Amino acid sequence: MCTTCGCGTGQTHIDGETIHQHDTIHSHSHAPGISPSRMVKIERDILSENNRYANENRRKLSEQGIFSLNLVSSPGSGKTTLLVETINLLRGKHPLAVIEGDQQTDNDAARIRATGAAVLQINTGKGCHLDAHMINHAMQKLNLQNNSLLLIENVGNLVCPANFDLGEAHKVVILSVTEGEDKPLKYADMFRAADLMLLNKCDLLPYVSFDVDLAIEYAHRINPTLPVIQISATNGDGMQEWLNWVNTGCQKQCAKAIMA
Amino acid sequence: MHELSLAENILQIIEDAAHQQNFTCVKTVWLEIGQLACVEQESLRFYFKIVSNDSVAQQAKLEIITLAGQAWCDQCQLEVTLASLHDSCPNCDQYGLKITGGDTMQIKELEVE
Repeated sequence: MCTTCGCGTGQTHIDGETIHQHDTIHSHSHAPGISPSRMVKIERDILSENNRYANENRRKLSEQGIFSLNLVSSPGSGKTTLLVETINLLRGKHPLAVIEGDQQTDNDAARIRATGAAVLQINTGKGCHLDAHMINHAMQKLNLQNNSLLLIENVGNLVCPANFDLGEAHKVVILSVTEGEDKPLKYADMFRAADLMLLNKCDLLPYVSFDVDLAIEYAHRINPTLPVIQISATNGDGMQEWLNWVNTGCQKQCAKAIMA
Repeated sequence: MHELSLAENILQIIEDAAHQQNFTCVKTVWLEIGQLACVEQESLRFYFKIVSNDSVAQQAKLEIITLAGQAWCDQCQLEVTLASLHDSCPNCDQYGLKITGGDTMQIKELEVE
């Protein structure tokens, strides 16, 4: 029996022809005046198109030995200051490029440009996240150097960017001590998707009631192996540990490209 | 708010299928969404209604099948069901479970004319 409508499979004929074709397309025609309907199997991830671009980006980055990081956080966590200071510390040591994502303005790109680094601003308009298609275009325009570092600053938003693979090697989530320490629980998807957590603005700890141990415990409830580095992008504390992490990633990515 | 993007992605998949499989009207869209997937179902319904206007899916009913969240507890050596990412193991109350299922979102099939 047909599970869609309950009619006997192959038993109904019109002018001697069966009306059912039980393959992927399931035709129905039961009575005059009722339009025929059929089932079409799809079985695709809703984000399959984004993921296709992400895989293509990842393949290109991998071929060129480029280590790429997707920096995600809520607005105001200090992502752009972190980027500026990271670029200043890496100047002359490592080639890099930056993709800036914001809904409006190129203010952040201007701050990056002032450091001398190659930068491209993506304005998402009403969009709340960067997607892999945008990054695909941005990568073409940036003309990335082999064995370089690509830093992508996502739109300030702790929810939506969690879903969108850009083809990056790692998502790095930034939490600042001026926020609530329970953000890893409130925005669990992002902390689960991340491979590194930077706890920023630690120079302000004496002035705020932020429990560092509790924040890290909450992050580890969601992602037990998530490494955490405590930093202050403004006074430089912890920045060397962050740069070591970046350098290790760059070296591994270069080595993979050479071996491929 | 990324549900707007998800709704647009769903419509794109439907329109590709309409082109390949020759249909002009979608009556029902079946989605399978894990309880642990990063999506708000009511928001997705709202945006799908907006983006599908004037398309092959403008009449379509959205049927969402919810898959339970699944996780592995190292402590209990057991597969457990999980309602949210920040829940502990229902047996031993330990955190840090490994998610094993119910975090995906798929478009399964369409009823079309």
